Amino acid sequence: MYEFQYHRPESLDEAAKIFAGADDPKFLAGGMTMIPVMKQRLAMPSDIIDLSRIGELTGLSAGAGMVTIGAMTPHAEVAGSKEVEKAIPALAALAGGIGDPAVRNRGTIGGSIANNDPSADYPAAVLGLNATVHTTARDIAADAFFTDMFETALEDDELITRVSFPAPEKAAYAKFANPASRYATAGVFVAKTATGIRVAVTGAGACVFRVEAMEQALSKDFSPGALDGIAVPADELNADIHASAEYRSHLIGVLARRAVLQTG
Amino acid sequence: MPTISLTVNGKPVSAEADTRQLLSVFLREQLGLTGTHIGCDTSQCGVCVIHVDGKAVKSCTMLALQADGADVTTIEGLASEGEMHPMQEAFRDHHALQCGFCTPGMVMMSVVLARDNPDLDDDAIRHGLEGNLCRCTGYQNIIHAVRAGAKAMKG
Repeated sequence: MYEFQYHRPESLDEAAKIFAGADDPKFLAGGMTMIPVMKQRLAMPSDIIDLSRIGELTGLSAGAGMVTIGAMTPHAEVAGSKEVEKAIPALAALAGGIGDPAVRNRGTIGGSIANNDPSADYPAAVLGLNATVHTTARDIAADAFFTDMFETALEDDELITRVSFPAPEKAAYAKFANPASRYATAGVFVAKTATGIRVAVTGAGACVFRVEAMEQALSKDFSPGALDGIAVPADELNADIHASAEYRSHLIGVLARRAVLQTG
Repeated sequence: MPTISLTVNGKPVSAEADTRQLLSVFLREQLGLTGTHIGCDTSQCGVCVIHVDGKAVKSCTMLALQADGADVTTIEGLASEGEMHPMQEAFRDHHALQCGFCTPGMVMMSVVLARDNPDLDDDAIRHGLEGNLCRCTGYQNIIHAVRAGAKAMKG
């Protein structure tokens, strides 16, 4: 790691002041990506602002058809929450399938979606459930939040405070996990929401995206068979040592059908 | 260098830590607790798993400074008064190791898996150990040991 100054503020105001006074600061959430990136010297922040002591960023509530999760809430807490399990079981299941138990104890929802890794799980739930990302500056709709690979609508000094998920009529997430990292080689979140069917795909493109053709087909007939003949073209998808673009295209179809089946 | 104060294996500790020092390195080099191993150093292999405030974490992916004020348990803190922890006993009884390099992390993870779910079945054990790699591939006996250790912990 390159040298940096470490700060652990106890309020958002204090964090903002430190950020404003630093050369090239970075916020640290659970650190499950940031610390490895710094170890590999792929990032050289002048200052690390650890958000773990900011009470305003923690907490989880469910009620009135809405689940709201504080940005610094670890995946294990979401996965183990009876309230989340009751309101949006697909969200609890998704959180329980991220990484491994030790990663789930540290990694946070805010860190995950701010990082917007193309293979991360949470972006699929945020986009699939039409969630709202609340920040220190504004509220951002899921459709406007994820902009490109590791890019979001967030400004440099803007912090996610919480994410609110409207409870769907039904939803499910199916992923094909990389056997070593547990990141999604491809993952599909299907939700039947108050505003229509949503299908969000992670792991396959530059960042999470919706598949309108699948949404329209499922709106007419919510069954796995409705997806026959609908494919996301491979030329829009990622290829790497884990999977070719053609394989990912195939996986999206399989996982979308599985997700529809799982919604029951 | 900043000084951090924390509890390690029940004892209060204050020591200097470089800003960039990882918790795994701090435990080994500042405190001499070399039972916590460093394997991949990329948060995948799990040999560095310890408990921070009762939760299993990969200590290679935490800064030492982040543990300021925390309650830390390492593999050295499991045995009490010369008696091995039931999970350690179970690993010995079931020969759940070959080279032993992954064992501290396996045991530390298994202790919390059994604590949080006293009726661990094999499926839960396998999923619970997804972030702990054994390159001798001695998984089968590890599963047997964790099942027995969980039963012994339940008492």
